[in-house]
Amino acid sequence: MEKTAKKTVISLRDIFVRFDGEVILNHINLDIREKEFVTILGPSGCGKTTTLRIIGGFVSPDSGDVIFDGEKINDLPPNKRSVNTVFQKYSLFPHLNVFDNVAFGLKLKKVPKDEIKKKVTKMLATVDLKGYEKRSVQKLSGGQQQRVAIARALVCDPEVILLDEPLGALDLKLRKSMQLELKEIQRQTEKTFIYVTHDQEEALTMSDRVVVMNNGSIEQIGTPEDIYNEPVNAFVADFIGEANILNGIMIDDCRVRILGKELECVDKGFGTNTPVDVVIRPEDIQITSPEDGQLTGVVQSSIFKGVHYEMSVMCGKCEIIVQSTKSAEIGSTVGMRVIPFNIQIMNKLLPIQSNTIETTVTYADESAQYFEFELEGETITVKDKYIPKGKRVRVYLPFDALSITGAGDGDLKDVYIESVVYKGEHNEIILESDSRKWLMLSDTDEQVATYVPLYFDFSKASFEILDSAEEKEG
Amino acid sequence: MTKKKGGVFTKFYIALILIFLYSPIAVMIITSFNKGKTVVWKGFSLKWYGELFKDKAILGALVNTLTIALLASFFATILGTMAAIGINNFRGKKRAVIQNVSNIPIISPDIVMGVSLMLLFAFLGNIFNFEMGYVTVLISHICFCVPFVVLNVIPRLRRMDQSIYDAALDLGCNQFQAFFKVVIHELMPGIISGFLMSFTYSLDDFIITHFTQGAKFQNLSTEIYAMLRRKIPPTINALSTLLFVTIIIIMIIINVRDRREEKRNSGR
Repeated sequence: MEKTAKKTVISLRDIFVRFDGEVILNHINLDIREKEFVTILGPSGCGKTTTLRIIGGFVSPDSGDVIFDGEKINDLPPNKRSVNTVFQKYSLFPHLNVFDNVAFGLKLKKVPKDEIKKKVTKMLATVDLKGYEKRSVQKLSGGQQQRVAIARALVCDPEVILLDEPLGALDLKLRKSMQLELKEIQRQTEKTFIYVTHDQEEALTMSDRVVVMNNGSIEQIGTPEDIYNEPVNAFVADFIGEANILNGIMIDDCRVRILGKELECVDKGFGTNTPVDVVIRPEDIQITSPEDGQLTGVVQSSIFKGVHYEMSVMCGKCEIIVQSTKSAEIGSTVGMRVIPFNIQIMNKLLPIQSNTIETTVTYADESAQYFEFELEGETITVKDKYIPKGKRVRVYLPFDALSITGAGDGDLKDVYIESVVYKGEHNEIILESDSRKWLMLSDTDEQVATYVPLYFDFSKASFEILDSAEEKEG
Repeated sequence: MTKKKGGVFTKFYIALILIFLYSPIAVMIITSFNKGKTVVWKGFSLKWYGELFKDKAILGALVNTLTIALLASFFATILGTMAAIGINNFRGKKRAVIQNVSNIPIISPDIVMGVSLMLLFAFLGNIFNFEMGYVTVLISHICFCVPFVVLNVIPRLRRMDQSIYDAALDLGCNQFQAFFKVVIHELMPGIISGFLMSFTYSLDDFIITHFTQGAKFQNLSTEIYAMLRRKIPPTINALSTLLFVTIIIIMIIINVRDRREEKRNSGR
């Protein structure tokens, strides 16, 4: 592709950032090329704004290098970088009028006055604000303020423009037209734009390349088409567009089992009988008669969305969303077909069968029938189960033995919700505690990037004593 | 509060409070225009104002008071603004602690401030061989004015969009340019309020000046106090009236400014 021939403007090499003991960016690598519109996309708290602030020079990484045009610029202050930022809240200077706001950067560069005037006037015309020179910026609408902010950054003629959710404060209609306008400005000015947003639609509309981030790491980098059609994991699939994400077993190359049915697919190299995540986009499912379908289900609801109907079909306990131009009657049984190419197989985010804890019993009471062990500095009590003190034991906790709601502080106090993915039946939630990760199921939609207490239900657990060969069931 | 007119009782009550508050000052102002030497009314005259400006001691004290007030509030404004920025850059608990510590001079009684400053200057004077006077009074005034500036500037800093500073850096300012070209404009109302407040507190200070003035220095309030101990010259009424009016004017300016600011913000 011709794009790869373009030179790299900015490289982030192994960037690591920690604030107050919390890892914000976990060894990020990213190359940004000349004249490219790159969007960094992710949920709030994923580290995307920090990445932008590192490029802008407002945050210096704890380790790793920032390379600009082949030169290391880790310690270069923002004012010495050929990078300008459009801030989230516009951050115009309230004491200056539109002209002086836009001219601010040029005046600092000691550009001659008549040249400043020429450049500012031209730039204001580019952003469609001709004749607004003498207006106070406080009297402008949100969209106009945004355009002044863009003009103020562009007029300095930097190699790279950073935009930090610049359309976040605007209403939907204005946002849509500004998206197109921004893309047009980028095309006209031929600058590199690095754009940060949590809006997947915005990212797909404007970008040459999208960088999907989560939890301080880059999940996937690719063109909008790549990201949509070939998501690398359930997080990306869930975050970009609508998707049915299902648990599946890769039986062999090109053969996957979902919902008890064996389907043909095109992916290879996952091994045999490997648990995987399967993505099927709602628009890729064809509704057929029950006999012709690879899967069958009962239509639960059907909503007319203009171009298509959006239907919810229950296959046993699992909900599948289908978009089709033809509606099926609610309550009827339908068949569904998907061509192999449209079944996307991905590695599981956390490939475990159950949550296991290997530990030593620290205290046990035979008469009261309980024992204790330690986990991450907390004493955990297991009731109605006796295992003598000092024994090594392996505890298997099925996914439904974990919960994040209950009384008291929880068995573990602060665990971090790393991802929440809806799998048709339940939400699969990945939690991170001090030393490890956990997988749990929940029927409620939990907020990612928050801290919650974690409770264990040991009545659902099974125990294996490691010292002796015999296995005890709980 | 409702816009309904207050009842007769409300009006009467407010009138009573105002009379209670202002009658001493009213008496003083009226007396300052009295021809006679006592409180007995002998007819209107400006002669005590005339006398006042012939009195060398009083004029000297007036010059001292004004220059101290100007210099003290000037330096206090610079120090206080710098301190406010420093305090604001701390996070969490540290910030709360430092801010409260910086408020102590406001809360602590003047007499404590006065005595402790006197002790400090006496102690240092012994070592470095200087006497208390103009400079020690000036330093003391700067000392008790700084917290007022801090108190006025910090809310402006809090309200300011932090990314404005980032934007200035981004567009090519170094840290100092960013402060003087952008940040200071945002803080200006707070800085001016702090300056005016410092100015009035310095103008009417008696206790702290009294303890740190040394043998020769007099400002207006200490001069009046010294005169009272000999006899009660009616010029004092004229002088006090002038002081009162000056401070009232400054207070009105501060209030009008604040009101305007509020209106502008709410109008957005």
